[in-house]
Amino acid sequence: MENEIILSMNHVSKSFPGVKALDDVSFHVRKGTVHALMGENGAGKSTLMKCLFGIYSLDEGDIVLDGQPVKFHNPKAALEAGITMIHQELQPIPYRSISENLWVGRYPMIKFGPFGFVDAKKMREMSADLLKRVRLNVNPDTKLKDLSVSQIQSIEIAKAISHNAKIIIMDEPTSSLTQAEVTQLFEIIDELRASGVSIIYISHKMEEILRISDEVTIMRDGRYIGTYLASELTMDTIITKMVGRELTNLYPPRDNVPGEVVFEVRDFSSPNPRSFQNVSFDLRKGEILGIGGLVGAQRTELVEGLFGVRASSAGEIKLHGKKLRINHPRDAIRNGMSLLTEDRRGSGIFGVLSVRDNVSVASLDEFVDYHLKLNNRRLNQLAEENIKKLSIKTPSTKTKIQSLSGGNQQKVIISRWLARDPEIFILDEPTRGIDVGAKYEIYSIMVNLAKAGKSVIMISSEMPELLGMSDRVMVMCEGKLSGILDGKDASQEKIMELATKYM
Amino acid sequence: MVKKLKQSAGLKNYKALAIDNAMYIILLTMILFVTIMEPKFLSIGNFQNILMNSSVRLIIALGVSGALITRGTDLSAGRIVGVGAVIAGTLLQRSDYAARFFPNFPDVPVWTILILAMVVTMLIGLVNGLVVAYLHVPPFIATLGMQSIVYGFAQVYTRNEPIGGLKVELTGIATGRIFQIPNLAIIAMIVIAIIWFIFNMTKFGKYIYAIGGNEIAAEVAGVNVTFTKIRVYAMAGLLYGLAGFLLAAKSGGATANYGQGYELEAIAACTIGGVSTAGGVGTVSGIVSGVLIFELLKTALQFLGVTPDLQYVAIGIVIVAAVAIDIRKYLAKK
Repeated sequence: MENEIILSMNHVSKSFPGVKALDDVSFHVRKGTVHALMGENGAGKSTLMKCLFGIYSLDEGDIVLDGQPVKFHNPKAALEAGITMIHQELQPIPYRSISENLWVGRYPMIKFGPFGFVDAKKMREMSADLLKRVRLNVNPDTKLKDLSVSQIQSIEIAKAISHNAKIIIMDEPTSSLTQAEVTQLFEIIDELRASGVSIIYISHKMEEILRISDEVTIMRDGRYIGTYLASELTMDTIITKMVGRELTNLYPPRDNVPGEVVFEVRDFSSPNPRSFQNVSFDLRKGEILGIGGLVGAQRTELVEGLFGVRASSAGEIKLHGKKLRINHPRDAIRNGMSLLTEDRRGSGIFGVLSVRDNVSVASLDEFVDYHLKLNNRRLNQLAEENIKKLSIKTPSTKTKIQSLSGGNQQKVIISRWLARDPEIFILDEPTRGIDVGAKYEIYSIMVNLAKAGKSVIMISSEMPELLGMSDRVMVMCEGKLSGILDGKDASQEKIMELATKYM
Repeated sequence: MVKKLKQSAGLKNYKALAIDNAMYIILLTMILFVTIMEPKFLSIGNFQNILMNSSVRLIIALGVSGALITRGTDLSAGRIVGVGAVIAGTLLQRSDYAARFFPNFPDVPVWTILILAMVVTMLIGLVNGLVVAYLHVPPFIATLGMQSIVYGFAQVYTRNEPIGGLKVELTGIATGRIFQIPNLAIIAMIVIAIIWFIFNMTKFGKYIYAIGGNEIAAEVAGVNVTFTKIRVYAMAGLLYGLAGFLLAAKSGGATANYGQGYELEAIAACTIGGVSTAGGVGTVSGIVSGVLIFELLKTALQFLGVTPDLQYVAIGIVIVAAVAIDIRKYLAKK
């Protein structure tokens, strides 16, 4: 690597009450390179970036940008120094136009003495220029709510460019992009790199990292493990360094044996003609059924329809040959179904509530004494048992769930359903945004459920996961079922073919 | 160096402790300050007075808090209190009182009218709940409308006349004491205990917090969100009825104007007591201290001879300042 170092974070430490989040971490980024930052959830990547971006203050250590020692007290100061961050969860202003979202807080003004007016024309022209640079062919007056996730992300990148950013931090930028959109993002990243911008790229997806990055820094448990040239790394070496142990298998052995059909879905349709239509499939006892498809294939909508979160207009659902009427999640739960939603923060966790309350909320009925009083001792027991059983990392049962890492939050929600002992587990992207170690644990839970005679439906957008975990793979395209593959015969090519069948 | 570090850590701890208990520190400082200025402030009589005033306010605040924790609000609280007061007033007048509202109304036991008042106000709360939960009208608007509707009916019902001449059995409830503790305070303590039990020890209570924490997640987890919300507003109505009844007993009369603006004081007291308007957060002990701070403040200002007009100014400043300090608890976590 010849390029000069533009950013150095030296011996950075940061503690929160009870945890040392960063312990003597050093991190150097070279000009005009893509530098991947890797580590399991809780390894300290986000904390390190928040320290850089002025959201957290450093306990120890210093930051040197372009040869100058710097200290950012807030994100605004970091922005002005040329550091921008594209967050994992984008936060646009949905009912305002692209131009306004791009220039909010620094509108071009026309001054009349003490009065100023927003120069709408200039703003639109500047926006159009930026959109061209990120290859987005839309009108700058379009409202953000009418854009897709990938388009909104491009807007964020455009915003970063407009700040004359020297360093752009991208936190899991591809987590909700299709393959084609990822390719386009990488083209934009290549151009940025060529123009001398440095990119700090945080992701769990190893193929991407190996493809796009120049250097890789790996962290574990708040400590710096090392910085390597991407060309010298392989997936296996990365995993070994990240988890600190050899992971011989990404997936646990699937020794579950699918039995008889327990759950039947026939001609299931949404009232919305563009959503799922005429979907029919069976689910067996002890089976893991994967659902594959591209973003927009209406897989989430389908399972939410089955669970009563969304409306359905036609079709039949049978459990053990008995017809179910599901108008509400309560009906589904009563009949032994459970759903781990895709959007953990939006519809999974109760952020301000304790781990205990998050575990027990769906099964409180079983903890009521004398038809009135909750048995808090048994509720605590339930939480403690699950913390132990699923090895959930939390300081106590009273800790607010929002302070746990993504993987641990996911395990809390899984234990919420385990407490009800349902027959059907529907898991929508169960490992999204979760690190390798926790992924393996969640896979093991799934296999154990299947072995115990439960039936599992898993939506996944990651091909290896679908292939590695499913007894059968059901593929959807544009709301329609395009085919069901046997796990043994399934391949990436066959799944892709089915996923684009009706396009 | 190490010593210096330790010192700064100690200082940090004190600061955190001070921020965490800001409400109680404010409370104590206030008492101390006013006592120095005006020693009579510490008399038993004055504290009984404060307790009596707080008791009614507290019952209202506990009613509103359920709505606040579910990310709602209840602007009709004060006017519904007025309904409870005029029901008690019109139906519990002395039989020898000249200007009886219903001259031929029989002499019924006080508790029957208490139940009637609470049932009527609970039904009003129930309508609030139905509108919020089924028609999905934002609680702010739904209860704003109810505020106006209820006030109109209360005026029609009382023909805009003030009600006086209340039975001793009614007024005695408010003036009575057991071991120097005003009856009103004892009633309030019973209500505190019941609401604490509901919030912490029942499924209903857990569901209130769950809905406030994340309504969609609650729905997915099988919580009956609609029914829970309806119960929250109905329970609030029930408490307003009790509060109105006690208010009539305490003042020895009633008009349709009783309770006006109480909802704002109740919301302010809850917020001072740490109930988050973002939902899912709030404790009964916090609400109790919020109401006490509010009442203490009002009495303290009177003792210091601040004119009623300026009292409003001071109260407004304290509400904002208290919440600004309290919110540090969450901001400081960064």
